[in-house]
This record gives sequence, C-alpha cells and structure tokens, in this order.
Amino acid sequence: MQNLDSKIPAGPLAEKWSRHKAAIRVVSPANKRKLEIIVVGTGLGGASAAASLAELGYNVKAFCYQDSPRRAHSIAAQGGINAAKNYQNDNDSIYRLFYDTVKGGDYRAREANVYRLAEVSPNIIDQCVAQGVPFAREYGGLLDNRSFGGVLVSRTFYARGQTGQQLLLGAYQALNRQIAKGNVKMYTRHEMLDVVIIDGKARGIIARDMITGQIKRFGAHAVVVATGGYGNVFFLSTNAMGSNGSAAWQCYKKGAMFANPCFVQIHPTCIPVHGDQQSKLTLMSESLRNDGRVWVPKKIEDAQKLREGKIGPNDIAEEDRDFYLERRYPSYGNLVPRDVASRAAKERCDAGYGVNSEGKAVYLDFKYAIDRLGRNVIEERYGNLFQMYEKITDQDPYKVPMQIYPAIHYTMGGIWVDYNLMTTVPGLYSIGEANFSDHGANRLGASALMQGLADGYFILPYTIGDYLAGEIMTPKTDINAPEFVEAEKNVTQRIEKLFHIKGAKTVDYYHKKLGNIMWNFVGMSRNEKGLKQAIAKIRELRDEFWKNVKVPGELNNLNPELEKAGRLADFFDIGELIALDALDRNESCGGHFREESVTEDGEALRNDEKYTYVSVWEHQGEGKEPVLHKEPLIYENIKLSQRSYK
Amino acid sequence: MADKILKKLNIEVWRQNNAKSKGKFETYTIENISTGTSFLEMLDILNNDLIEKGIDPIAFDHDCREGICGTCSLYINGRPHGPDSAVTTCQLHMRKFKEGETITIEPWRAKAFPVIKDLVVNRSAFEQILQAGGFVSVNTGGVPDGNAILISHEDAEEAMDAASCIGCGACVAACKNSSAMLFVSAKVSHLAKLPQGRVEAKRRARNMVAKMDELGFGGCTNTQACEAECPKSISISNIARLNREYLAARFSE
Ligand SMILES: Cc1cc2nc3c(=O)[nH]c(=O)nc-3n(C[C@H](O)[C@H](O)[C@H](O)COP(=O)(O)OP(=O)(O)OC[C@H]3O[C@@H](n4cnc5c(N)ncnc54)[C@H](O)[C@@H]3O)c2cc1C
Ligand code: SF4
Ligand code: FES
Repeated sequence: MQNLDSKIPAGPLAEKWSRHKAAIRVVSPANKRKLEIIVVGTGLGGASAAASLAELGYNVKAFCYQDSPRRAHSIAAQGGINAAKNYQNDNDSIYRLFYDTVKGGDYRAREANVYRLAEVSPNIIDQCVAQGVPFAREYGGLLDNRSFGGVLVSRTFYARGQTGQQLLLGAYQALNRQIAKGNVKMYTRHEMLDVVIIDGKARGIIARDMITGQIKRFGAHAVVVATGGYGNVFFLSTNAMGSNGSAAWQCYKKGAMFANPCFVQIHPTCIPVHGDQQSKLTLMSESLRNDGRVWVPKKIEDAQKLREGKIGPNDIAEEDRDFYLERRYPSYGNLVPRDVASRAAKERCDAGYGVNSEGKAVYLDFKYAIDRLGRNVIEERYGNLFQMYEKITDQDPYKVPMQIYPAIHYTMGGIWVDYNLMTTVPGLYSIGEANFSDHGANRLGASALMQGLADGYFILPYTIGDYLAGEIMTPKTDINAPEFVEAEKNVTQRIEKLFHIKGAKTVDYYHKKLGNIMWNFVGMSRNEKGLKQAIAKIRELRDEFWKNVKVPGELNNLNPELEKAGRLADFFDIGELIALDALDRNESCGGHFREESVTEDGEALRNDEKYTYVSVWEHQGEGKEPVLHKEPLIYENIKLSQRSYK
Repeated sequence: MADKILKKLNIEVWRQNNAKSKGKFETYTIENISTGTSFLEMLDILNNDLIEKGIDPIAFDHDCREGICGTCSLYINGRPHGPDSAVTTCQLHMRKFKEGETITIEPWRAKAFPVIKDLVVNRSAFEQILQAGGFVSVNTGGVPDGNAILISHEDAEEAMDAASCIGCGACVAACKNSSAMLFVSAKVSHLAKLPQGRVEAKRRARNMVAKMDELGFGGCTNTQACEAECPKSISISNIARLNREYLAARFSE
C-alpha cells in the first residue's frame, strides 16, 4: 500500500497553518528560475496558481482545452464567493466559516484543511479587489454581501449573477500579465492525455494538440492538476460540455488515489429537463433562494391541473400553496443546504405534486420579494439570471414563478491530496474542484470559488516550494526518457483503438445511456440493489461502447467527436467507481443518500461509528477491482452532531 | 409557452476542412425539431444524423451553453449569434425559426480570426490584445483590505457593465471593418472605472490599441453594428471612453 499520510501539522487548529508555513522549506529566487511547473487547467484554481507561481519566478507551462483560459467553466459560477470578513458585523468569524463548512459537509471533511480555507478567505477578497474585480458595492462605497444556503450570516461577496466570471477574469488577467512577461507559456486547445512518472515522481504530461492532432510531450519538475469536476458522468449536468474527469482519471491510473467519488452534489435550483434532446442543464443560482420562495400546490388536484396546463401557478390561492421548505425547516426555510433542498423537491414530486408536464418541477416564486422590495431591486440583483431563464423557457419570471428541479452540479470527491495538496504521487498536486479536499459530503454555496482561489493564490504557492526545494539539483526533465516514449505510445494506441472501432452508434448515444444509468441508480437516492445493478449495467455498456462506437473525422485534425469519445471512455470507469464507493458507504451523509439509512421522519441518517473516514481508492490495473483505503477523520474541535436545519 | 415541432428545416452551412483548404456551403435537411430545442442542440441532432450517414460532422465551438464562456460563435442568417437580441448562439432557441426555413450558418469572418475548421475560428488575437495591457499590475499578496478604497455604487456598476464582455468576437464579425474597438474598449473601461485600474489607464489604452492595430483589425467608423449585435449589450459609449483614454495617453507622451 502507498503512503496515506495526510500530513496535518501538529498544534492547535488556529495555529497549524502558520506553524506549517514557518516549518516548510522555501526555494531561493535563483533556483526558482531553474524549476519548471506544469499546471493543467486554467480555471479559478489553475489560473490563480499559474499566475502566482510565475510571479514567484518559476517557469510555468499552463494548459487548457478551450481556446482561452477565460472560458474555463469557473466562468459560469453565478452566485458568489464566501469570505470570513465580518464586514456586516453579524458575528461572522474564521471559526464560524470553518464550523459552517464542516457542518455543511456533514462532518466528512478534514478539520485542518477547512480551517485553513476559512483563514485565508479574507485575503482572497482583498486580492480580487486589487485586480479590479467589480464586486457589488453599497451606496457608501463599501463591499456588499448576501447570504447563501446553510448559513445564518451574510458573508457572500458577489458581482451581480456573474461572480465566477469576474473572479476568473481577475485571475486570467494576472495570468495574461505573466504570459506577456514570458513567465508562463500558455497552451490553449491542448488536452492532457496522460501524466508521466519517472522514478516515482511526476515529471510531465502527454497532451494532444486539438487542432493538429499531434501528440506532444511536456516535461517539468512538478505537475499540478486543476481540471475541474467529473459531474458530466451523468451526461446532463450544469457543467460545461467539455468538462471532464479524464485528467484526474489518468492520475488515478498512474497511482494517485481517488477519494470519496460518490460525493456528488445535486443542486436544487436548475431549469427542469424538457424532452430527450437536451444537452445540458442550466443552473439558476442559489442566491435566488434569498428572495424566492419555493412551493408546490397543497392539493394534488391542483398539481394534476397544472401538469395538464389547465391552470397556471398564479391561479392557486395563497392558502393552497405548500411552502414545503418553510414548513419542514422553519429556522433555515428556503435557505437550507443544497442536499436538503434537493431531496425535499424530489420528495414532493415523487408524491405527485410536481408542476410541469413531466411532474418533475417545483416553483421558485419572486412575487413576494417583488411586492416587498420592488421590481428594480430584484432586477439589479438577478437581472441576468432572469433574462437567461426567459430565453430558455420563454416565460417571464417577474410574472410567473420559475420552475426548478434538482440537477447534478458539483463533485466533492476527487483526487486525494494531503495537507500540502500533493497527491499520493510525489510531485503531483491537485487543486480546485479536481481534488477532494474541503467540502466533505456536501459543499456549501459560494465555497467552491473560495476553495479554488485559496488553493491557487495562497496555499499551493507555499506548499509546492517545500517539495521543489528538494528538486533544485534535478536537471530539466528529459522528454526523450523511456517513460515519456512509453506514455506517448499508450496514448496513441488508445486513440487509434477508439478511432478504428468504426461501429454503429455515436458517442452521444452512449453518453446518454450512461447518464441514465447514473441518474436512476446512482443519483439523488441510492440503495444496495440499485447500485449493484448500476455496476453491472455500466460494465455491459462499456463493453458495447468499446465494440460499437463510431468516431468519425480524422485523427490529425480538429475532431470534437474523438475528444468526446476519449472522455466518455473514462466516464464509464469513473461511473463504476462512484457506484462502488456509494455501495461501500451504507450511511446517508450530505449529497450521498442511502435509502437504508434514514431517520424516522425520512431525513438523512449518518453513521459516524462506521463511516467517519475518507474513502480512498487505489487502482490495481485494468479490469481489476480497486482497493479501498480509509483515512480516518479525527475531530478535535467540533463535536459531531446530526445536522439539523429545523 | 407550449413547444411546437418544426417538421423540416434546411441547414446551409460553411464546410472547410482546415485553415488551408477552400471552403464551401453544403445544405442538409433536418426534421422534427422542437421549438424548445436550443440552436446548438439542433446542431447536435444534425451531427448525430450526419455521423450515422457517414458524413463528417460539422465542427463548431461551444462549451458552457449558458451564454457566459464566450466560446460559441456562429454567424446565423447574416447575424452574429443569430436573430434573437442580447443572446449568444447557445442561448438561441429554435422558436426563433419558421417551418421550412433555410438557415444559413457561417463562421466569424475577419482577417484576424482565421478559420480552423468549418465554423471554428482562431481568436487568439483577442488573447494577444489583453496580454498587451488588459490587467492591473499587482502580484498575489501584499494588497490592501478590500474595503480600504471606497468605490461608489455607480462606478462599480458601470465597471461591471463593461466587464460583462465575454470575448466572443461578435463585435468584430458584425463590423464591416472588422474592428475590435468594442472589445478593447470594454476592457479599458472596466479597469479605468475603478481606482485600482486608474493608475495604469493611459498605458493600458495605448498598448492595447497598438496591439489591436498590429494584429490586422480594422479601424472604427462608428457604424454601431457591434453594439447592436453584442450578446452582452456592451455600450459603444465605452468606445468614446477608450478614445478619451487613448488621446490622454498620446498627449502625455
Ligand atoms: C453553473 C455553475 C455555477 C456555479 N456557481 C458557483 C458559485 O456561485 N459559487 C461557488 O463557489 N461555486 C460555484 N460553482 C462551482 C465552481 O464554479 C467550480 O467548482 C469551480 O469554478 C471549479 O474551478 P476549477 O478551477 O477547479 O475548474 P474549472 O473552472 O472547471 O476549470 C477546469 C480547467 O481545466 C481544463 N481542463 C479540463 N480537462 C483538461 C484536460 N484533459 N487537459 C487540459 N485541460 C483540461 C479546462 O480547460 C479548464 O481550464 C458553480 C458551478 C457551476 C457549474
Ligand atoms: S464586446 Fe460584446 S460582441 Fe464583442 S467580444 Fe465582448 S461580448 Fe462579444
Ligand atoms: S457556449 Fe458558452 S457562451 Fe455559448
């Protein structure tokens, strides 16, 4: 077995990070100039890391599959970013943000990591402001805040409904400055297809130039993987079309362990699925739950009529509306965490109260907020979201309540990393959504942006120095080493294999089928029988895919179908691991809901005695069952309790 | 609104195998498309059809499919991002089209945006313009508290308006001169409106404009086509601000 040391520093919680920083090594400026770092992915995590590392003097090569770093899916984040600034004087603090995050994650995250995240969060806001991020301001000129699900304070900073866009543009601008200076060499439209390991250390990657099809080798002294989440296993999700789990999966196959794959977040407020031709789902930001009230009809006859289009929502009298979140969770109301809100919506729809023709939608109603605050205020807060909604659904949410339904959104699971954000492979790091680190079994709203930027600006640039201090005598990596030759050969063979199957069905055909299996058996609610079935079905479908998929086009040209086929091939394997992990974890916690583990009133029931651990999976080779390791979670500061938002 | 089915549509689309080859239009037909389908989903359906028939699918750029990443970039029936207003191609829905219609799809056409394949163009010229000065020169760490400098609500909102540019390139595609002025002015305005960006405002304007000229974008003759087609409604008043910043920079040289 490999080394599973989480490297959490000793000492009191609040001092761990500063003590650690004082203890780790630093690299001199002259030596930094000799060292090369590869950063794969230039979303919030990757762009902030690449820029910060280049500012420090390292030579950085950065990669993304889009035509510009500005297009990473971080751009789509809407609602905001958390930080423990306590600008609102509402008794927020680093400790409270830490506590909320651990509790929100249903006590399945590491205390030390989460505390550090909360600790650096105020610096992120300062940094972004200095870069020119146009956060919302109050009339007096101070930064404005809003509140988000799962917390009782206002600590979320935002830029209209485009916070991710503005934060990414800030990081992108910092990155551009370093590209212009020659400190970062940026490779756009390049897709990483393997990580290269020499003498047990990560030394480079193999990537495909997506325009020419050329397979290229890149060497470095360390590799950082910041390639985002794997939610697209489910086919329909709020992720971008190109979002994928492949880079993380290649790391897994090369020895980096994979943690908590079954912790997938289902977001309660997305535009419902219509028809079977849909390619993706659109999120309506959680911030809307600040001002929108969620309801379904109280009477099943009304729901029936709504589904048949005989009446509209505005025909239903106030007293006939069931504001089920306010009813079930009076203290948090519409602002319960995502997993709770998602399950509550599913519960109502399964009971027959769904309001669209497919019976899979609930209302999010702004009438009350508009009456209270006026249309202008709502427009200023959410104008672009309302416009987006109207363009998709052809309905005006200022007049008719929005229809929403839960959808796959975020993956808490990911590559296992220690406190230094290093994987189980020395010299291989993972940051942002690609790693598993801080959100436990459920991520709180506005905390992913915080984590990506914390990792990239303020954590990795320190911790990677500790490793690289030991590499200053290592010469430039030789990309003609046998390990590179071998890796390139494997990549080429796999691409050719996919390309030459020349079967009968398209990549999308198989991806939709996989998505269906995942959503029906490994989605919002899971049980042993379903999971076992899912595993069998995924294996069967994967076999068929490898025999019967049709990849058109040319190998040496831009070929989106070839790109999709490669990603889907990995999604089968990731899907299988999600199901295996979900099967092992016979408790309900956060986004993972096992029907076998519920309280009397149907709420999720954790089993701390058996499952207070991180599930860490180790690859054993193609076609072999992976091995499960357990990293025990030790709570020294927080007392575990059953989460209650009542 | 209830969705309807469009029984038949003709899709006339630009096919070009790579940057060097000569392109031409091909026409395909597609059947039974719901008006609730997005334009790009329609192309997905068409592509799956083409693949099954053994025809190379149409390459087009897209990623987020929610109007924010700026990747999608189709010139539809003579308009960048098609017939709807203030939306990107990926937010366009088939309800904007009529039964039996012939829909013409082309790539962005501009010297500075060469075609890569079919409808995919190379927009790296935009990257180069931003690298020439579209940033605030601060390193990570050592910055003042976020509330240390007050910024009026109005200034923050105006900066945000300009910062909403998604870098799609529709403004260039819409302009008969292939000018990038709206794009450049959006970045210059965003940063010039904030105290953090003011410090380098002149240098930024000068360097970005010089880079734009160098890369083969045309000059601005104030036709306002860019504003009309911009999916994010970026205002041409930003161009006036850019001109002011640029002149100020020239005078202070
Ligand atoms: C619609 C939506 C709204 C959201 N809203 C919020 C919010 O309000 N607040 C919040 O905190 N979080 C939000 N999130 C979550 C948050 O946006 C993401 O978790 C976060 O931005 C991920 O950042 P990242 O840098 O890890 O990855 P990404 O931004 O996804 O970037 C991944 C990068 O990796 C590259 N890449 C991927 N694979 C490869 C490969 N094989 N080779 C080369 N490059 C590759 C891509 O090109 C890209 O540059 C939202 C997410 C979605 C989908
Ligand atoms: S100014 Fe408008 S049209 Fe031009 S790149 Fe920006 S968003 Fe696109
Ligand atoms: S695909 Fe992202 S804006 Fe259209």
